[in-house]
Amino acid sequence: MWDFLKLAVLAVIAVFAAYAANQARDLAYFVHALIVMAVAGGLFLYQLRRFGEERVVETGYMDQVIRYGVIATAFWGIVGFLMGVFVAFQLAFPGLNFEFLQGMGNFGRLRPLHTSAVIFAFGGNALIATSFYVVQRTSAARLWGGNLAWFVFWGYQLFIVLAATGYVLGATQSKEYAEPEWYTDLWLTIVWVAYLAVFLGTLYKRKEKHIYVANWFYLSFIVTIAMLHVVNNLAVPVSIFGSKSVQLFAGVQDAMTQWWYGHNAVGFFLTAGFLGMMYYFVPKQAERPVYSYKLSIIHFWALIFLYIWAGPHHLHYTALPDWASTLGMVMSVILWMPSWGGMINGLMTLSGAWDKLRTDPIIRMMVVSVAFYGMSTFEGPMMSIRAVNSLSHYTDWTIGHVHSGALGWNGMITFGALYFLVPKLWRRERLYSLSLVSWHFWLATIGIVLYASSMWVSGIMEGLMWREVDAQGFLVNSFADTVAAKFPMNVVRATGGLLYLTGALIMCYNLWMTVKRSPAAAEATAAAPAE
Amino acid sequence: METYSLLREFADSWFMLAIFAFFLGTVAWALRPGGRRQHEDAAQIPFRHEDQPARDDALAASADNLKEARQ
Repeated sequence: MWDFLKLAVLAVIAVFAAYAANQARDLAYFVHALIVMAVAGGLFLYQLRRFGEERVVETGYMDQVIRYGVIATAFWGIVGFLMGVFVAFQLAFPGLNFEFLQGMGNFGRLRPLHTSAVIFAFGGNALIATSFYVVQRTSAARLWGGNLAWFVFWGYQLFIVLAATGYVLGATQSKEYAEPEWYTDLWLTIVWVAYLAVFLGTLYKRKEKHIYVANWFYLSFIVTIAMLHVVNNLAVPVSIFGSKSVQLFAGVQDAMTQWWYGHNAVGFFLTAGFLGMMYYFVPKQAERPVYSYKLSIIHFWALIFLYIWAGPHHLHYTALPDWASTLGMVMSVILWMPSWGGMINGLMTLSGAWDKLRTDPIIRMMVVSVAFYGMSTFEGPMMSIRAVNSLSHYTDWTIGHVHSGALGWNGMITFGALYFLVPKLWRRERLYSLSLVSWHFWLATIGIVLYASSMWVSGIMEGLMWREVDAQGFLVNSFADTVAAKFPMNVVRATGGLLYLTGALIMCYNLWMTVKRSPAAAEATAAAPAE
Repeated sequence: METYSLLREFADSWFMLAIFAFFLGTVAWALRPGGRRQHEDAAQIPFRHEDQPARDDALAASADNLKEARQ
């Protein structure tokens, strides 16, 4: 019965997609309809061939989907970093906006490709894979829902492909970090609800009495992203056969909704979710429990309560009422406390094992990541203060801040988690090469330092040049003057990105060789012979 | 009163008080003196079931032990 239903649904989708492609009002929609048709048709054939097959009930941890997730994370990471390096060079050398790629390969089209690839494809896959790993290990239970976890994985990849091709072909609703159009948003909603179901189902059948703190962070990330995504993407499609839609909100309400979403994407996607990683992988790699479990509970609730209010600091000096922007600013400054509480908790987990910093490059990566978390959560509240924001907003300083958080905190903790996971998942005794990890570590760290420092210089210079007036009160610099002055910093920034990308490529080689060459781990369950 | 003003007044009075009280409650709960052993136990969770899910019941586990003892 269930098999018949699946076949019927897939067939209907494929036929409808074919019809929609025929009726398509724009290129992006046309391509997307063809992609959906191909996927649904392929799945139909796949299901047909497996029709009536016996299902084996497995009881161990469901790790295959996590292995796929690890591969997807590494793959999308490289794609995202590569796009980032390319758009950075485009900013320094505008000639790279090639004539033959006009309308598709220019900065405006590729920039959302970069941001979405690193945040949602790289970060999102890392979060889904690690959350599946962590929730199973800390609940002592297999993932709930059988193949639903596979649906989440492949559904999410389809979302990424639809989003990415849409940007290049011009389907965008122009909301930062929420660019995908209505049908892509609807698809993500379905995938996300399935993700929530898998996660909650696994927690429900857990064998541990207590829900480990990492799961709290992951759960808050999943729930909040669902809420943010739905509210920020409320839109009415112009036609069911076109990608264009009209936002439900307008004017300042729309702006506020967007930055309520935007800042909480930072707060819950890039912070809460990755804190879940920190609370599992740092203790595991350091081989000691988290410094203070009490502090972790307070960290969680304080972070959850405060982050949701911080959005208005993106809208200082706009049509947004002063009270709202002051509220956002005050909440952002208070947010500094739980953030640093969490940082201290992560770093102090190493107390008594600081010597590992010398011997274990993976721990070093995680510690640097937590340190960057501390630095960018100090910088952020400072930049949210209205007076500072009047200098920093719209300048490269913001971009530097985002990257010290994203490359430093999100990137490094993910690399640490991947280095931890690959030997475990493929049952290898150890990584292929620790010195390659060191190379990755130093390339990435130097890359981030180059990136952040050049953007500080460039951003503050830009801010000061924009506000400079002469004795008569006229602006001294034209906009083009500031662009010209930024050239050296733009080159340094792109070089930093190049170093970071090189480090990630070294990681991929190392992980590949770990799977191929490292000796297999001794089976833990194959116990020593009884004598 | 229009909906906006009504909701706004509620949001920055009673509701703010309620969520703040809830927050203080969570902090107090985390810091409660009796929780130490529970927290120490919870902090050990990542080190317990690395390779295999927990067995469905303790009975199966003890049956295994018996089998091993006989071998």
